[in-house]
Amino acid sequence: MSYFAFLAEHGPTLLLGTVTTIKVLVCSAILYVIISMIFGLMRLSKNPAIQGIATVYIEFFRGTSLLVQLFWVYYVLPFFGISLEAFVAGVVALGMNFGAYGAEIVRAGILAVPKGQWEAAHALNFSPAKRIKRIIIPQIFPIILPPAANLTVELLKATALVALVTVVDLTFEAKQINSITWLSAQCFGTALLIYYIMARFALVPFLRWLEVVAARKVGR
Amino acid sequence: MEMGFRWDFAYEILPQMLWATLNTIIAAGVGYAIALVVGLLFLLGQRTPSKIVNVINRELVEFIRSTPLLIQLFFVYFVLPQFGIKLSAWLCGMITIGLHFGTYLSEVYRGALEGVSKTQWEACRALNFSTVYTYRKIVLPQAFPIAIPGMGNYLVGIFKDTPLLSTIGVAELFHAATAVGGYNYRYLEPYTMVGIIFLTLSIPAAMWVRNLEKRVNLAQGKVKQ
Repeated sequence: MSYFAFLAEHGPTLLLGTVTTIKVLVCSAILYVIISMIFGLMRLSKNPAIQGIATVYIEFFRGTSLLVQLFWVYYVLPFFGISLEAFVAGVVALGMNFGAYGAEIVRAGILAVPKGQWEAAHALNFSPAKRIKRIIIPQIFPIILPPAANLTVELLKATALVALVTVVDLTFEAKQINSITWLSAQCFGTALLIYYIMARFALVPFLRWLEVVAARKVGR
Repeated sequence: MEMGFRWDFAYEILPQMLWATLNTIIAAGVGYAIALVVGLLFLLGQRTPSKIVNVINRELVEFIRSTPLLIQLFFVYFVLPQFGIKLSAWLCGMITIGLHFGTYLSEVYRGALEGVSKTQWEACRALNFSTVYTYRKIVLPQAFPIAIPGMGNYLVGIFKDTPLLSTIGVAELFHAATAVGGYNYRYLEPYTMVGIIFLTLSIPAAMWVRNLEKRVNLAQGKVKQ
């Protein structure tokens, strides 16, 4: 069977799987950004209880394997009466895992804002909440976006794992086609290519564009 | 089915899990060793004067880095036999992890070499040191400390990615947990234990890397914050 015949027969299925992969990526990206912001700020709190919770969260999710977390959410949570759909379980596990890594980026980004900015906001009598919202947050984007972009590419790669909890994404479809046709080189090769194209020609340019916009917003 | 965590069951499967942990540690160690060498090869490809080699090297690294390790594992495991290369699941796993993380380590090496000030090279040139001597006595001793944190982080990273090997049937910790869970139809204890074992191994490892980083910075006369 030629490669083109393979594509004609199985290409549409792989593309359907790609759509699911993109859905997983977008949902978990939104979740991880929110979680990183919350826990990144909590990590810098002066209240030891809040800081402690954030530290435990971050160390826990960075200390264990994503696959273990994913299986735990999908197969073990039902023991406690919480049954999540595979897609939701995948998004939750990805979002919580990458949120822990993202929180460290946010924390480092906030610390990297020059001290003079904090002092000036203080001198102008801004309330702590306003200081963070109006002065610090707008300035951290140019600092945190480059490492966050790397993390987001890692997230795209990590979405492949949701196939193992039965989410019908690109990896799942490739595995499925492989088990029917045994054309391993074609189906896994095509899947690799699709991931590569998504990362290199869609996700990375988009994130670079975000970096440029963020840098322009603060006048750089 | 009985709800809640069953301690007797956990205790019963503990020896099995600990044995499998040993396999996980071996897998991470061997994979890391391969990755260290592969990283050097990619670094060499990057630094050779040939433009064609540079471009091929860069694109290959970019490709490996932007595709999921899971599918790379499937690719190596299922495709190589079609070309008559029959490798065990273990070997496939080690090769794939080595290749995948080798690309990351080559970046660590590159960053470390570029972290050595250019004036060091110029000084060696002025003193008429040979290239080999310059690398061995001047550049590498300064580059190595810069590379240590990155190298340590990827050791922990590889360790946390070893559960992926279970998908091609390598009998490491996660594979054992799935097998035990399937056999007894109880996943709560095995998967929770895997999580705890990972935590107890990777948190000290991460702390050790952080500590190492601090000591290296101190020894170099750089004090953070």
